Amino acid sequence: MIHELPKLPYATDALKDVISSQTFDFHYGKHHQAYVNNLNNLIVGTPFENATLETIIKESEGGIFNNGAQVWNHTFYFESFSPNPKSVPSGRLLRLIELDYGSLSEFKEKFNKAALTLFGSGWAWLSLNNQGHLEISQESNAGNPLRKGLKPLLTCDVWEHAYYLDYQNRRADYLQKFWEILDWKVVEERLG
Amino acid sequence: MKRIILSLMLIATLGNLFAQSIVLNTKVSEMSFYSLPYAYEALEPTIDKLTVEIHYSKHHKAYFDNFLKASTGTDITSKSLLEVFANMTKYSDAIRNNAGGYYNHVIYWEILKPGNKSNISVELKNAIEKDFGSMDELKKQITDAAMKRFGSGWAWLSINADGKLFISSTPNQDNPLMDLSSQKGFPILGVDVWEHAYYLKYQNRRAEYVNIFWDAINWAVVSEYYSKSRTN
Ligand SMILES: [Fe+2]
Ligand SMILES: [Fe+2]
Repeated sequence: MIHELPKLPYATDALKDVISSQTFDFHYGKHHQAYVNNLNNLIVGTPFENATLETIIKESEGGIFNNGAQVWNHTFYFESFSPNPKSVPSGRLLRLIELDYGSLSEFKEKFNKAALTLFGSGWAWLSLNNQGHLEISQESNAGNPLRKGLKPLLTCDVWEHAYYLDYQNRRADYLQKFWEILDWKVVEERLG
Repeated sequence: MKRIILSLMLIATLGNLFAQSIVLNTKVSEMSFYSLPYAYEALEPTIDKLTVEIHYSKHHKAYFDNFLKASTGTDITSKSLLEVFANMTKYSDAIRNNAGGYYNHVIYWEILKPGNKSNISVELKNAIEKDFGSMDELKKQITDAAMKRFGSGWAWLSINADGKLFISSTPNQDNPLMDLSSQKGFPILGVDVWEHAYYLKYQNRRAEYVNIFWDAINWAVVSEYYSKSRTN
């Protein structure tokens, strides 16, 4: 199975108030593409040659895991943005957020804290756990909550490459702006 | 004239020794932030001015400030960084990350110091040839370590307890002085491969950064670290 770089659902300059087209050129055009290429090269002749990304994330180790998970993580990240986002969640998702975090703003604060305090490269996640509750987690490097049996709903890339051209060391500013392009409709659809 | 040159060389030597010794051996309560011994633009074109400025005045400074903050009111204030690293497993992640971040960047700035960079000592040159075969092989191995580090971290050239040189890589802000490192030793050269070290100029091209970094290494400084680690 040949893995491919997915098409973005918007132009690379469509989100430029938050993420510049230059960042997209590198983040999507170079990093995401490199993970796809590396994965395709690494799986040849291995048990993962015809595996889905989900299987690779759950079962592989080393370079195959790193590149496979990074392909999945970046697709999940890029697909959650929109130039015309639904700016607040509603329905079941909102009820769960209020149940588990009190309010949307308290949730955002907790999520941003997880994203801000992750040391080094990695991802902040919102997932649904087996008890039907929401869970915020930090994963280093290529880490993905699927590996722990969680259902991922939302992620934020805090590798420095995600924000360095636009925000340099100011990760907190990037995290504040992140919400301006997050499309809650996508997150609601993931929850189902 | 000769005597003047000799004493200038001695001062230069002491300068280099100081930076590392002071940072490693000063009691934490008496530590002050390392002052960069050159201008932000001094590493152009290898490393651009803005990168040096942010790397030093924001990232490096934040490690220092956060380290002091995390050690306030603990027994760490009466210890040296060398003692903290040797007992790293006893301390919190905040101490580990920020103490490492502070010290590692001192080595980084020191070995990039402008000057007569190619001045490698005979003893270090011989040791590299003995332990790696050649300078090219050393470069190959350290580049390999830097490229294989997935995520944030460092590639190191260190000297182990038997006096042998070795290459290793550590994640995030760990270093070979820490008791939790799988390969322990005294680092004499470190390559920062956090993306903040190269992203403004090299973006995703880490290999290009590592290659150019190699040409900017001040071997006189590395030689002094080598001879100091041998005498200790
Ligand atoms: Fe990324
Ligand atoms: Fe750094």
